Amino acid sequence: MERMRRKSQYLFTLLANAYWLFPWKSPIYQGPVKKICFPGLNCHSCPAATMSCPLGALQNLLAALRPGIQMGQLHIGAYVLGSLGLIGSVAGRMPCGWICPFGLLQEWLFLLPVPKISFWRPLKRGPHLFLIVFVVLLPLLVADLSGYGSIWFCKYVCPAGTLEAGIPLLSLDQDLRSAAGRLFAFKLLILILLLTWCVFTSRAFCRAICPLGAVYGLFNRLSWLRLRFHPDRCVQCRACLTVCPTGVSFYNGLDDINSGSCIRCLRCLSICPANAVSLQFSPIRRDISNAPVTDGN
Amino acid sequence: MKRYLPLFTTFAFIALLLLGICFGEVHAVWSKAVTVCLSCMGIG
Repeated sequence: MERMRRKSQYLFTLLANAYWLFPWKSPIYQGPVKKICFPGLNCHSCPAATMSCPLGALQNLLAALRPGIQMGQLHIGAYVLGSLGLIGSVAGRMPCGWICPFGLLQEWLFLLPVPKISFWRPLKRGPHLFLIVFVVLLPLLVADLSGYGSIWFCKYVCPAGTLEAGIPLLSLDQDLRSAAGRLFAFKLLILILLLTWCVFTSRAFCRAICPLGAVYGLFNRLSWLRLRFHPDRCVQCRACLTVCPTGVSFYNGLDDINSGSCIRCLRCLSICPANAVSLQFSPIRRDISNAPVTDGN
Repeated sequence: MKRYLPLFTTFAFIALLLLGICFGEVHAVWSKAVTVCLSCMGIG
Protein backbone atom coordinates (compact mmCIF):
# COMPACT_ATOMS: atom_id res chain seq x y z
CA MET A 1 0.00 0.00 0.00
CA GLU A 2 2.79 2.42 0.96
CA ARG A 3 4.61 1.71 -2.30
CA MET A 4 1.43 2.37 -4.27
CA ARG A 5 0.90 5.65 -2.40
CA ARG A 6 4.45 6.76 -3.14
CA LYS A 7 3.98 5.96 -6.84
CA SER A 8 0.76 7.98 -6.83
CA GLN A 9 2.57 10.93 -5.23
CA TYR A 10 5.32 10.80 -7.90
CA LEU A 11 2.80 10.43 -10.72
CA PHE A 12 0.66 13.38 -9.66
CA THR A 13 3.70 15.55 -8.94
CA LEU A 14 4.86 14.87 -12.51
CA LEU A 15 1.39 15.45 -13.98
CA ALA A 16 1.02 18.74 -12.11
CA ASN A 17 4.45 19.86 -13.34
CA ALA A 18 4.65 18.40 -16.83
CA TYR A 19 5.42 21.55 -18.85
CA TRP A 20 9.15 21.34 -19.48
CA LEU A 21 9.26 23.71 -22.49
CA PHE A 22 9.49 26.81 -20.30
CA PRO A 23 13.17 27.58 -20.99
CA TRP A 24 12.41 27.82 -24.75
CA LYS A 25 8.76 28.91 -24.99
CA SER A 26 6.64 31.03 -22.60
CA PRO A 27 7.92 31.22 -19.00
CA ILE A 28 4.79 29.43 -17.73
CA TYR A 29 2.25 27.05 -19.30
CA GLN A 30 -0.76 28.89 -20.77
CA GLY A 31 -2.80 26.02 -22.22
CA PRO A 32 -6.38 24.94 -21.52
CA VAL A 33 -5.48 22.39 -18.82
CA LYS A 34 -4.82 25.34 -16.50
CA LYS A 35 -8.58 25.78 -16.25
CA ILE A 36 -8.55 22.74 -13.97
CA CYS A 37 -7.77 23.17 -10.27
CA PHE A 38 -5.10 20.72 -9.13
CA PRO A 39 -6.24 18.94 -5.95
CA GLY A 40 -2.92 19.48 -4.14
CA LEU A 41 -0.75 22.46 -3.21
CA ASN A 42 1.17 23.30 -6.39
CA CYS A 43 1.77 26.93 -7.35
CA HIS A 44 0.38 27.77 -10.82
CA SER A 45 3.20 30.23 -11.34
CA CYS A 46 5.70 27.39 -11.22
CA PRO A 47 7.25 27.35 -14.75
CA ALA A 48 6.37 23.67 -15.16
CA ALA A 49 2.85 23.79 -13.61
CA THR A 50 0.07 22.49 -15.87
CA MET A 51 -2.91 23.18 -13.62
CA SER A 52 -4.07 26.04 -11.42
CA CYS A 53 -3.70 26.17 -7.65
CA PRO A 54 -7.11 26.13 -5.95
CA LEU A 55 -5.93 28.34 -3.09
CA GLY A 56 -4.42 30.92 -5.44
CA ALA A 57 -7.48 30.81 -7.67
CA LEU A 58 -9.90 31.26 -4.75
CA GLN A 59 -7.93 34.18 -3.35
CA ASN A 60 -7.76 35.83 -6.77
CA LEU A 61 -11.53 35.54 -7.20
CA LEU A 62 -12.24 36.87 -3.69
CA ALA A 63 -9.73 39.70 -4.10
CA ALA A 64 -11.50 40.79 -7.31
CA LEU A 65 -14.98 40.45 -5.79
CA ARG A 66 -15.69 44.18 -5.70
CA PRO A 67 -19.24 44.93 -6.82
CA GLY A 68 -18.72 48.64 -6.17
CA ILE A 69 -15.90 48.97 -8.69
CA GLN A 70 -16.65 49.22 -12.41
CA MET A 71 -14.11 46.54 -13.33
CA GLY A 72 -14.82 44.46 -10.23
CA GLN A 73 -16.02 40.89 -10.81
CA LEU A 74 -18.88 39.03 -9.21
CA HIS A 75 -17.22 35.63 -9.06
CA ILE A 76 -17.76 34.14 -5.61
CA GLY A 77 -15.38 31.20 -6.11
CA ALA A 78 -18.14 28.65 -6.82
CA TYR A 79 -16.02 26.82 -9.40
CA VAL A 80 -13.07 26.43 -7.04
CA LEU A 81 -15.19 25.59 -4.00
CA GLY A 82 -17.22 23.15 -6.11
CA SER A 83 -14.05 21.42 -7.32
CA LEU A 84 -12.63 21.16 -3.79
CA GLY A 85 -15.97 20.09 -2.31
CA LEU A 86 -16.49 17.42 -4.96
CA ILE A 87 -13.08 15.87 -4.29
CA GLY A 88 -13.43 16.33 -0.52
CA SER A 89 -16.91 14.84 -0.35
CA VAL A 90 -15.72 11.69 -2.12
CA ALA A 91 -12.21 11.18 -0.73
CA GLY A 92 -11.93 13.53 2.26
CA ARG A 93 -8.33 14.56 2.85
CA MET A 94 -6.91 11.75 0.70
CA PRO A 95 -5.31 14.16 -1.86
CA CYS A 96 -2.99 15.36 0.94
CA GLY A 97 -1.61 11.87 1.38
CA TRP A 98 -1.69 10.59 -2.19
CA ILE A 99 -1.42 13.56 -4.56
CA CYS A 100 0.05 16.71 -2.99
CA PRO A 101 3.62 17.48 -4.22
CA PHE A 102 4.33 19.59 -1.14
CA GLY A 103 3.27 16.67 1.05
CA LEU A 104 5.72 14.46 -0.81
CA LEU A 105 8.52 16.97 -0.23
CA GLN A 106 7.74 17.01 3.50
CA GLU A 107 7.86 13.23 3.64
CA TRP A 108 11.26 13.22 1.93
CA LEU A 109 12.59 15.78 4.42
CA PHE A 110 11.29 13.76 7.36
CA LEU A 111 13.29 10.76 6.13
CA LEU A 112 16.53 12.57 7.02
CA PRO A 113 18.14 10.78 9.97
CA VAL A 114 17.99 13.43 12.70
CA PRO A 115 16.31 13.36 16.14
CA LYS A 116 12.57 13.95 15.74
CA ILE A 117 10.35 16.44 17.60
CA SER A 118 6.70 15.70 18.27
CA PHE A 119 4.03 18.13 17.09
CA TRP A 120 2.58 20.57 19.62
CA ARG A 121 -1.12 19.70 19.47
CA PRO A 122 -2.59 23.21 20.05
CA LEU A 123 -1.10 24.19 16.67
CA LYS A 124 -3.52 21.85 14.89
CA ARG A 125 -6.07 24.70 14.75
CA GLY A 126 -3.57 26.65 12.61
CA PRO A 127 -4.81 25.49 9.17
CA HIS A 128 -8.36 26.66 9.93
CA LEU A 129 -7.01 30.02 11.09
CA PHE A 130 -4.94 30.46 7.92
CA LEU A 131 -7.92 29.42 5.80
CA ILE A 132 -10.36 31.85 7.39
CA VAL A 133 -8.01 34.81 7.85
CA PHE A 134 -5.46 34.64 5.00
CA VAL A 135 -7.45 32.90 2.26
CA VAL A 136 -10.96 34.26 2.81
CA LEU A 137 -11.26 37.34 5.08
CA LEU A 138 -8.18 39.39 4.18
CA PRO A 139 -8.52 39.06 0.36
CA LEU A 140 -12.23 39.79 0.69
CA LEU A 141 -12.19 42.69 3.13
CA VAL A 142 -8.86 44.53 2.77
CA ALA A 143 -8.46 46.61 -0.37
CA ASP A 144 -5.34 48.35 -1.67
CA LEU A 145 -5.19 51.81 -3.28
CA SER A 146 -6.66 50.44 -6.52
CA GLY A 147 -9.70 49.22 -4.62
CA TYR A 148 -8.94 45.52 -5.08
CA GLY A 149 -7.92 42.97 -2.50
CA SER A 150 -4.67 41.06 -2.36
CA ILE A 151 -3.83 37.36 -2.28
CA TRP A 152 -2.58 37.36 1.28
CA PHE A 153 -1.70 33.70 1.76
CA CYS A 154 0.26 33.48 -1.52
CA LYS A 155 1.96 36.81 -0.93
CA TYR A 156 3.02 36.49 2.69
CA VAL A 157 3.00 32.81 3.62
CA CYS A 158 2.86 30.17 0.87
CA PRO A 159 6.17 28.27 0.83
CA ALA A 160 5.12 26.38 -2.32
CA GLY A 161 4.99 29.67 -4.23
CA THR A 162 8.48 30.64 -3.11
CA LEU A 163 9.91 27.22 -3.84
CA GLU A 164 8.14 26.39 -7.10
CA ALA A 165 7.67 29.86 -8.63
CA GLY A 166 9.94 32.35 -6.90
CA ILE A 167 13.25 30.50 -6.95
CA PRO A 168 12.99 29.03 -10.51
CA LEU A 169 11.65 32.21 -12.16
CA LEU A 170 14.16 34.44 -10.41
CA SER A 171 16.93 32.08 -11.47
CA LEU A 172 15.78 32.32 -15.10
CA ASP A 173 15.03 36.04 -15.33
CA GLN A 174 17.53 38.81 -14.58
CA ASP A 175 14.82 41.53 -14.44
CA LEU A 176 12.80 39.62 -11.86
CA ARG A 177 15.95 39.02 -9.84
CA SER A 178 16.65 42.72 -9.65
CA ALA A 179 13.03 43.36 -8.54
CA ALA A 180 13.27 40.96 -5.59
CA GLY A 181 13.41 42.81 -2.29
CA ARG A 182 12.49 42.44 1.36
CA LEU A 183 9.25 40.56 0.68
CA PHE A 184 11.10 37.86 -1.23
CA ALA A 185 13.70 37.65 1.56
CA PHE A 186 10.85 37.30 4.10
CA LYS A 187 9.19 34.55 2.08
CA LEU A 188 12.50 32.79 1.61
CA LEU A 189 13.01 32.88 5.38
CA ILE A 190 9.55 31.36 5.92
CA LEU A 191 10.34 28.64 3.39
CA ILE A 192 13.67 27.77 5.04
CA LEU A 193 12.13 27.73 8.53
CA LEU A 194 9.22 25.55 7.41
CA LEU A 195 11.38 23.08 5.53
CA THR A 196 13.71 22.84 8.53
CA TRP A 197 10.72 22.20 10.80
CA CYS A 198 9.57 19.44 8.42
CA VAL A 199 12.92 17.68 8.87
CA PHE A 200 12.21 17.35 12.60
CA THR A 201 8.42 17.11 12.70
CA SER A 202 6.33 14.92 10.40
CA ARG A 203 4.13 16.90 7.97
CA ALA A 204 4.59 20.08 10.03
CA PHE A 205 3.26 22.39 7.28
CA CYS A 206 0.14 20.25 6.70
CA ARG A 207 -0.60 20.10 10.41
CA ALA A 208 0.05 23.72 11.39
CA ILE A 209 -0.57 25.85 8.30
CA CYS A 210 -2.01 24.31 5.12
CA PRO A 211 -5.44 25.88 4.36
CA LEU A 212 -6.07 23.38 1.55
CA GLY A 213 -5.76 20.50 4.02
CA ALA A 214 -8.16 22.38 6.31
CA VAL A 215 -10.76 22.47 3.51
CA TYR A 216 -10.44 18.75 2.75
CA GLY A 217 -10.35 17.94 6.48
CA LEU A 218 -13.86 19.35 6.87
CA PHE A 219 -15.12 16.47 4.72
CA ASN A 220 -13.29 13.61 6.44
CA ARG A 221 -16.28 12.57 8.58
CA LEU A 222 -18.83 12.63 5.78
CA SER A 223 -16.87 11.61 2.70
CA TRP A 224 -17.65 8.46 0.75
CA LEU A 225 -14.26 7.08 1.75
CA ARG A 226 -14.08 6.59 5.49
CA LEU A 227 -11.98 4.64 7.93
CA ARG A 228 -13.60 2.53 10.64
CA PHE A 229 -12.02 1.62 13.95
CA HIS A 230 -13.07 -1.59 15.70
CA PRO A 231 -12.09 -1.11 19.38
CA ASP A 232 -13.05 -4.70 20.22
CA ARG A 233 -10.22 -5.97 18.00
CA CYS A 234 -7.60 -3.41 19.12
CA VAL A 235 -4.64 -4.83 21.08
CA GLN A 236 -3.36 -1.36 22.10
CA CYS A 237 0.01 -1.93 20.41
CA ARG A 238 0.16 1.75 19.27
CA ALA A 239 1.49 0.70 15.85
CA CYS A 240 -1.12 2.96 14.17
CA LEU A 241 0.06 6.01 16.11
CA THR A 242 3.73 5.20 15.45
CA VAL A 243 3.26 5.20 11.66
CA CYS A 244 0.68 8.01 11.44
CA PRO A 245 2.31 11.04 9.76
CA THR A 246 -0.14 13.46 11.39
CA GLY A 247 -0.29 11.82 14.82
CA VAL A 248 -3.97 10.88 14.86
CA SER A 249 -4.40 9.00 18.14
CA PHE A 250 -7.64 7.09 17.67
CA TYR A 251 -6.68 3.82 19.36
CA ASN A 252 -7.10 5.42 22.82
CA GLY A 253 -10.09 7.59 21.91
CA LEU A 254 -8.12 10.87 21.92
CA ASP A 255 -9.03 11.54 18.27
CA ASP A 256 -11.72 10.34 15.91
CA ILE A 257 -10.31 7.99 13.25
CA ASN A 258 -11.90 10.30 10.64
CA SER A 259 -10.60 13.46 12.29
CA GLY A 260 -9.77 16.40 10.03
CA SER A 261 -6.07 15.78 10.65
CA CYS A 262 -6.10 12.36 8.95
CA ILE A 263 -4.54 12.56 5.46
CA ARG A 264 -5.82 9.08 4.52
CA CYS A 265 -2.35 7.66 3.85
CA LEU A 266 -3.80 4.32 5.04
CA ARG A 267 -0.62 3.34 6.87
CA CYS A 268 -2.69 2.45 9.97
CA LEU A 269 -4.79 0.11 7.84
CA SER A 270 -1.70 -1.68 6.53
CA ILE A 271 0.18 -1.95 9.82
CA CYS A 272 -2.55 -2.97 12.25
CA PRO A 273 -1.79 -6.57 13.33
CA ALA A 274 -5.34 -7.11 14.61
CA ASN A 275 -7.27 -5.72 11.63
CA ALA A 276 -8.85 -3.14 13.93
CA VAL A 277 -8.97 -0.61 11.10
CA SER A 278 -11.08 -1.05 7.99
CA LEU A 279 -11.89 1.04 4.94
CA GLN A 280 -15.36 1.90 3.75
CA PHE A 281 -16.27 3.47 0.42
CA SER A 282 -19.93 4.24 0.08
CA PRO A 283 -22.09 7.31 -0.62
CA ILE A 284 -24.42 6.05 2.10
CA ARG A 285 -23.27 5.85 5.70
CA ARG A 286 -23.76 2.28 6.85
CA ASP A 287 -22.50 3.02 10.38
CA ILE A 288 -25.70 5.00 11.13
CA SER A 289 -28.75 2.89 11.80
CA ASN A 290 -31.89 3.58 9.82
CA ALA A 291 -34.08 2.01 12.49
CA PRO A 292 -36.28 4.31 14.60
CA VAL A 293 -34.80 5.19 17.99
CA THR A 294 -36.55 3.52 20.94
CA ASP A 295 -35.99 3.98 24.64
CA GLY A 296 -35.96 0.22 25.22
CA ASN A 297 -39.20 0.06 27.26
CA MET B 1 -31.55 11.28 6.28
CA LYS B 2 -28.13 11.43 7.96
CA ARG B 3 -27.16 8.26 6.14
CA TYR B 4 -27.42 10.03 2.80
CA LEU B 5 -25.42 13.10 3.87
CA PRO B 6 -22.29 12.08 1.86
CA LEU B 7 -24.40 11.72 -1.29
CA PHE B 8 -26.22 15.04 -0.76
CA THR B 9 -22.91 16.80 -0.09
CA THR B 10 -21.45 15.52 -3.35
CA PHE B 11 -24.51 16.62 -5.32
CA ALA B 12 -24.44 20.04 -3.63
CA PHE B 13 -20.83 20.60 -4.65
CA ILE B 14 -21.43 19.35 -8.18
CA ALA B 15 -24.21 21.97 -8.37
CA LEU B 16 -21.81 24.62 -7.05
CA LEU B 17 -19.19 23.57 -9.60
CA LEU B 18 -21.71 23.85 -12.44
CA LEU B 19 -22.85 27.22 -11.13
CA GLY B 20 -19.26 28.44 -11.24
CA ILE B 21 -18.86 27.15 -14.80
CA CYS B 22 -22.11 28.86 -15.90
CA PHE B 23 -21.02 32.18 -14.39
CA GLY B 24 -17.72 32.16 -16.28
CA GLU B 25 -15.44 31.46 -13.33
CA VAL B 26 -13.39 28.94 -15.31
CA HIS B 27 -12.09 31.70 -17.56
CA ALA B 28 -11.42 33.95 -14.55
CA VAL B 29 -9.38 31.16 -12.91
CA TRP B 30 -7.50 30.43 -16.14
CA SER B 31 -6.71 34.08 -16.88
CA LYS B 32 -5.05 34.47 -13.46
CA ALA B 33 -3.23 31.13 -13.65
CA VAL B 34 -1.58 31.83 -17.03
CA THR B 35 0.11 35.05 -15.94
CA VAL B 36 3.22 35.05 -13.77
CA CYS B 37 2.01 35.84 -10.26
CA LEU B 38 4.56 38.22 -8.74
CA SER B 39 2.84 38.07 -5.36
CA CYS B 40 3.21 34.27 -5.24
CA MET B 41 6.93 34.70 -5.86
CA GLY B 42 7.32 37.34 -3.18
CA ILE B 43 7.94 40.29 -5.49
CA GLY B 44 4.62 42.07 -6.07
